[in-house]
Amino acid sequence: MTSLNHLTISEALVGLKAKKFSAVELTEAHLKAMAQTKSLNAFITETPEIARQQAAASDARYAKGEAGMLDGIPLAIKDLYCTKDVLTTASSHILDGFKPKYESTVTQKLWDAGGVMLGKVALDEFAMGSSTTTNYYGHVINPWSPHNGKDFTSRLVPGGSSGGSSAVIAARAAMGATGTDTGGSIRQPASFTGISGIKPTYGRCSRWGIIAFASSLDQAGPMARSVRDCALMLQTMAGHDPKDSTSVDMPVPDWVKALSPKVKGKRIGIPKEYRVDGTPAEILALWDKAASWLKAAGAEVVDVSLPHTKYAVPAYYVIAPAEASSNLARYDGVKFGLRVDNGGSLADMYKATRGAGFGKEVRRRILVGTYVLSAGYYDAYYTKALKVRAKIAEDFRKVFESVDALLTPTAPSTAFVIGANEDDPVKMYLNDIFTIPASLAGLPCMSIPGGLGSDGLPLGLHIIGKPFDEQSVLDVALALEEAAAFSAVPNFMAA
Amino acid sequence: MSNLISGNTGKWEIVIGLEVHAQVSSKAKLFSGASATFGGDPNSQVSFVDAGFPGMLPVINQYCVEQAVKTGFGLNAQINLASVFDRKNYFYADLPNGYQISQYKQPIVGEGFLLIDLPDGTTKRVGIERLHLEQDAGKSMHDQHPSKSYIDLNRAGVALMEIVSRPDLRSAEEATLYVKKLRSILRYIGSCDGNMEEGSLRCDANVSVRKPGRELGTRCEIKNVNSVRFLYAAIEYEARRQIEIIEDGGKIHQETRLFDSVKGETRSMRSKEDAHDYRYFPDPDLLPLELDAAWVKSLGESLPELPDAKKARFISEYGLTPYDADVLVMEQERAAFYETVAKGRDGKLAANWVITELLGRLNKDGKDLADSPVSAENLGGLIARISDKTISNTLAKTVFGHMWDEGKTADAVIEEKGMKQVTDTGAIEKLVEEAIAANPAVIAEFKAGKERALGFIVGQVMKKSAGKANPGMVNEILVKKLKSA
Repeated sequence: MTSLNHLTISEALVGLKAKKFSAVELTEAHLKAMAQTKSLNAFITETPEIARQQAAASDARYAKGEAGMLDGIPLAIKDLYCTKDVLTTASSHILDGFKPKYESTVTQKLWDAGGVMLGKVALDEFAMGSSTTTNYYGHVINPWSPHNGKDFTSRLVPGGSSGGSSAVIAARAAMGATGTDTGGSIRQPASFTGISGIKPTYGRCSRWGIIAFASSLDQAGPMARSVRDCALMLQTMAGHDPKDSTSVDMPVPDWVKALSPKVKGKRIGIPKEYRVDGTPAEILALWDKAASWLKAAGAEVVDVSLPHTKYAVPAYYVIAPAEASSNLARYDGVKFGLRVDNGGSLADMYKATRGAGFGKEVRRRILVGTYVLSAGYYDAYYTKALKVRAKIAEDFRKVFESVDALLTPTAPSTAFVIGANEDDPVKMYLNDIFTIPASLAGLPCMSIPGGLGSDGLPLGLHIIGKPFDEQSVLDVALALEEAAAFSAVPNFMAA
Repeated sequence: MSNLISGNTGKWEIVIGLEVHAQVSSKAKLFSGASATFGGDPNSQVSFVDAGFPGMLPVINQYCVEQAVKTGFGLNAQINLASVFDRKNYFYADLPNGYQISQYKQPIVGEGFLLIDLPDGTTKRVGIERLHLEQDAGKSMHDQHPSKSYIDLNRAGVALMEIVSRPDLRSAEEATLYVKKLRSILRYIGSCDGNMEEGSLRCDANVSVRKPGRELGTRCEIKNVNSVRFLYAAIEYEARRQIEIIEDGGKIHQETRLFDSVKGETRSMRSKEDAHDYRYFPDPDLLPLELDAAWVKSLGESLPELPDAKKARFISEYGLTPYDADVLVMEQERAAFYETVAKGRDGKLAANWVITELLGRLNKDGKDLADSPVSAENLGGLIARISDKTISNTLAKTVFGHMWDEGKTADAVIEEKGMKQVTDTGAIEKLVEEAIAANPAVIAEFKAGKERALGFIVGQVMKKSAGKANPGMVNEILVKKLKSA
């Protein structure tokens, strides 16, 4: 029999309902898996007591026939979500010892649906990165890294910023995890680890209780090992929240019920601007293959144009740091977290605290953001970036007049070695070249594993949909998932 | 141009623009559900939103928006159906988020104006540039510990309306009249209690001086003046300071200054070079504020009659002088009190009594109108007895004194004390005759042409009648008798 921790969420729910195994057994299997995969360094905080307690409560609900949508499913939580009385770090030194007295709306919804919290997983500090190498608590290792049975022979990044989430799911140490996506932070790590992840439309999930990076872009989303699992989690996580003014007050459709791989008659756009120079041939080949899968399934595949695509990355790297520079001003050593007090003035305390508390990449983005908002530079950078953002949204709007979804690669490469790209932030930023435009437009988008590169590492396919049409994104993703029949597993994972 | 002040090189004109921060009278803060009431132990009225905790988000308080719109109507201003909340970024220990949520380029209320009544009887229109909503910061306390500063966040996040005037004011007196009028309008609307001592109304003054007709001088901003009296003193001091510097060949440097109410002077707080770059940008946590036109219209219609309209009505309806009307409409309660007194009675007489007697006495006894021992109904009763000549105006003052002390109606006092005015011609004739007979010398003087002697006789009659004789009738009968004699 397959180890319980190798099941998908959907499979586990069937088993739990049929009482083939208990929620406690399922959780214990995952706690064991976590111990086996500790060398990934993915968990910042493990919460076995909470997990066991929740699992026992879940079994009680199953016994009474009152089980929720995700009842008994062990999940990892990106450490950007505030969890009540549980250390919440954003992978930053500056939040040392911070245990919020409140639970984020999205995680609360997961617990209300019966989810079981295994612990808090690492990310790039304040979600700023594509490699999870800016985590204050050390590098997280991609389970696909070469392994000789004893140790990793090379260490690859799990993507980022939701790299802890992607690593534990790929290593079968969690069935699913929450991610957050600002410019690709769910999709790129999903692509790097051979799993699925969806960023819903901006406003679908509440941001309340999620530590902000760039408020106009941040969006919660699920990561898991199948499209259906993502749909199940998203169904639970989404919904209007009066505590978040940017969350959208509209009903959440029953995506799970409507989920269907039928794409017959759907029009799928292939944006030509995504055929970026220097993209590896195997990525372009997989993209073509995916288009042919959809064609074979009865979809109409058409070439489309999103003319402002090339301005997306520069605009993003103005807007996101601008918002971040302000969002991170609250970490000043006064109220919570780290304080470095050298007995000087208030300004001295700020400098010492923020200098010690923030890592290099965070400091870089705060400086960039502060600069682009400064008097005299504001219009040249920030205002212009907002104009670009509007143009990009307009590109998408026009294209979606004639297509139902767009298909692109998720990332321009497979997972790279830890330490690569570190010397060149721009090179690192270009990891998100395919994911950033949809983020700027607030569109729902998803990455699913499409195949392996010549290096044996997973490659993702990226589907972008119309605003609030998560259904089409999920349906097209499901069709691709069935066609791709991706069954490869990482070199290192829990038994 | 009576406002000009003299320096060594001739006349100078003061140019003043005011920024008033009015705390919205709201139970809850602008973006959090925490209580916004004054007082309370330090940090007892703070939510995680106010304290800038990670993951916390602001949600606009609709009641505060309502108050801003109503105030906009009160200032005859344009209500902007679309406005934007921006972040004003700066670091300070009592600013938990590291930014203040305010409105920068698109405020909720645009251009408007306010009228002030000048002592010379003319009315001046003072332009309002804008009104925007913003949150207050917390309070730093530097005097609680030898080496530490303490922070109280009770005030952090409380809703303020910043009301910015055009630089239309030309003297410290005009500035104080502007603040008083603004406070009156805010209180009428109920959007701010106007209490300067508790800090719910604070004032920044931009002051510059120039030779009349010349272009505007460099201004200095005087921060956080918390009383009308201090505002007057601060402007006077600042204008003199600037004139002295310029006349001594110096230059005014744009800067922010603080008013020291103990020393009665302003002093430099920070220069323009040290000014913050606030890096304003739209707050991505809040969508643009869009108001429904019908809702805004209904708010406009829900406004009470405001001081200017009330004043005009008092003048036309009750025949009051602009000055009296002004005094009466200054406070809504006062105007309402007056209208109760005047209803169906002599409006002018009622105004005299409310202003001179009642307000005078309240002021003397240090009482508020709400605590007046004489109710509006009872004062109205007294006015009625004067009008129907039951008592004279002079005697009415005695009656009023009893009413004040004993809380009785005018009729009860008159009845009890037997103070009913004597209007019986026969009785008055008798008293007059007695007075003439008792004062032959005075009568002789009168007949010799000393008109003033008549007053003495009238006085004697009034005295004999214990003030109850109708003085008009006494006079009339006396003249008749003397002429026929």
